[in-house]
Amino acid sequence: MRRREFLTIPAASVGGTLLYTLAGEPFRLKAQTGSNGGTLKVPLRFFTAKEARVVAAACERIFPSDDTGPGATEAGVVIFIDRQLGGPYGLDKYRYKQAPWVQSVAEHGYQGKENPQEIYRQGIQSLGDFDSLPVDEQVKKLQALEHTRFFQLLRTHTIEGMFCDPMHGGNAGMIGWQLVGYPGPQMSYRDEIDKHFGQAWRPKPVSLEQITGRPGKPWEDEKG
Amino acid sequence: MTNLKPVDVAIIGGGWTGLLMAKELTARTSQSVAVFERGMPRQTSDYAATMDELDYHIRLRMMQNIADETITHRHSLKGSAVPVRQYGSFLPGTGIGGAGEHWGGASFRFLPDEFTLRTHLVQKHGAAKLPEDLAVQDWGVTYDELEPVYWKSEQLMGISGKAGNLRGKKIDGGNIFEGPRREEYPTPPLKRSYASSMFEEAVRKLGYHPYPTPAANLSEAYKNPDGISRAGCAYCGHCQRYGCMIGAKAQPTNTLMPVLAKRKNFQLRTGSWVRRIVHKDGRAIGIQFTDVSGEEFFQPAATVVLASFTLNNTRLLALSKIGMQYDPVTRKGTLGRNLTHQVGQSTRVFFDKPLNAFMGAGELGARISDFDGDIGLTGAEDGLLRVGMIALSSNGDGPITSFGITPRGASKSNWGPEWKKAALQWKDHTAGIGMSGEHLAYRQNYMDLDPTYTDKFGDPLLRFTLDWTDHEFKQREFGARIQAKIAREMGVKFEEAPPSRAPYNVINYQSTHIQGGAMMGSSPDNSVVNRYLQHWNVPNLFVVGASAFPQNAAQNPTLTAMALTLFASEAMLDRYFKHPEQLI
Repeated sequence: MRRREFLTIPAASVGGTLLYTLAGEPFRLKAQTGSNGGTLKVPLRFFTAKEARVVAAACERIFPSDDTGPGATEAGVVIFIDRQLGGPYGLDKYRYKQAPWVQSVAEHGYQGKENPQEIYRQGIQSLGDFDSLPVDEQVKKLQALEHTRFFQLLRTHTIEGMFCDPMHGGNAGMIGWQLVGYPGPQMSYRDEIDKHFGQAWRPKPVSLEQITGRPGKPWEDEKG
Repeated sequence: MTNLKPVDVAIIGGGWTGLLMAKELTARTSQSVAVFERGMPRQTSDYAATMDELDYHIRLRMMQNIADETITHRHSLKGSAVPVRQYGSFLPGTGIGGAGEHWGGASFRFLPDEFTLRTHLVQKHGAAKLPEDLAVQDWGVTYDELEPVYWKSEQLMGISGKAGNLRGKKIDGGNIFEGPRREEYPTPPLKRSYASSMFEEAVRKLGYHPYPTPAANLSEAYKNPDGISRAGCAYCGHCQRYGCMIGAKAQPTNTLMPVLAKRKNFQLRTGSWVRRIVHKDGRAIGIQFTDVSGEEFFQPAATVVLASFTLNNTRLLALSKIGMQYDPVTRKGTLGRNLTHQVGQSTRVFFDKPLNAFMGAGELGARISDFDGDIGLTGAEDGLLRVGMIALSSNGDGPITSFGITPRGASKSNWGPEWKKAALQWKDHTAGIGMSGEHLAYRQNYMDLDPTYTDKFGDPLLRFTLDWTDHEFKQREFGARIQAKIAREMGVKFEEAPPSRAPYNVINYQSTHIQGGAMMGSSPDNSVVNRYLQHWNVPNLFVVGASAFPQNAAQNPTLTAMALTLFASEAMLDRYFKHPEQLI
């Protein structure tokens, strides 16, 4: 049994009580002042606290918080990735894993044996003390890794963590959906589909839990 | 191995074709019919909770577990194949309803000349002008024979659309190139989206003939001839790769299961993985399956209907040693021949204005058939025999998968601040003009059993030997030129670039339209099943589904697979059960 690890972050840094934006126009979200000015301790499923800080810093370089709007930190992308890696996806439970493992042409896709957990463990090691480096050095370090499977997964997962349903741990407070003007899963657009032609129509986002009235069952929580 | 009580008909696979066959057989006979499905039950009420892009669209939660079984692929006879380790260029379904639960719903009839394509091409070009490796064949049935069962399938699902050829009369706004239909579609077309309406306007100005994609997504409430009522589409944008939460998209669970559940001579066994069709002296005697606990069963049956997906139809015949495996070198054997997929080509276009593209339906779109088949070809196109349909569809953009699509050069990197800014700028301003093209059959594209890799039981996987030929590249180049012409007329930003000539890849989704392997035809020398989908060597075995297609058309295969199933069921009911021998 691994020692329980936590990611400690300022309560104010992730979404929750964020302003809702119309039409997804760029804006800067002000960090919220936590009522007690305190911190959040997020229990980790796969990463160590150190690994989580490294990954969070790398995600922030991929999808930065800047004057075009919030980024990976506010959306809690690292929490999303931790949960994905801790679930069936991280262990390649739904991937064909029979030997022999042979390398093939690019048209045959990833043929490696390493699962996402292993790819991350190795990749994080190659980043060293990434979280304490200045931004320009972080950028250089990631540029050097751009063609690795680790970076490709990290980039893909960062986008997933920005815009997934909040039940997966990312898109905190639906901040990613607000950023792009996505309304979440809505029951019907029957009266809207043929209207608003040429104009941004941005209903207030709702999460799956809000629309169905019951907690979602994300795949990463699957037992066994 | 546990022996079960015999049944009259054992049906392998609980998707569209298997359950449709069960519905037809149990309606008109007292035969006991049992359907065996490897996946689990599901129903409409399960689906609201699945409106989740990550788990369903990206992680593919409704698909077959590829860890248990996959296929292997190689580009030519030369190499050994490697397994498809993750989906994928196509997405096989599992569970009750199969891929019919998470399909988009496009429901076309094939062009009449598709069914006699060999004859048509020889008449038009002369046999000597056709590629030597072309394996295209006639089907053994004609459009006119299938017209009544096409209509029955459309009524069953309540297809929304507009007729373009009613008993020979051409009607503007429908597909004027389609074969003659006796009846108008059961329900009117779906509403138009902003993007599809712009496409429609542009192609009309160019002199083409746009029509709404015929769809199993109902445009309004509808009651089918079985008395099944379903609601109209809500355009929620969670359609392809999702089950429909309101039952507006026809799925076996909302269209067939409610009827079957009331039939006393019907039983369904889920979690039952059929591993062999057992046969003796040229007749099937039953099926062998393994349940989820690992226990093995033998189910005796007087008639077996193999109605799983194309891949497993061919594989199960091969594993059961029924028929002769095709050999592309000697060209002997028929099982596994004529493997086809679909030829796609997309031109990405960028709009000044936002599209609200999160709204949509599985097959909401406008399209043209002016270049389908060889309709738009003058004869001057070097070696180009057939093309396809061109369309713009609004399927409902998910926020993850649609993020980061920008015009080329909008950002040097695909991450970081510059990329983020460009991605936000173009978010909801882009769509694809797509082409769905015919995939002709060739001698060298086929299926057999892989010599190395196995499924979770240790049975050999199915192996694809498949690659594109020059003809498919010509189709794409032709399609790209038409798409560019349309994009210019639409006044949208796009990049005109020649399509890739890269080999077949198993990574990028192309379509779940896999055909062939157990093809139908006029004689045991050139096919696996006859025109009633009855096996030439085993008269009490019927093999239904797109595995019977000698080659693919531009159109999505489901409606034709259903029409052929009905055609087969009528022959079984009218003639076969009275005298269960070869119908031909």
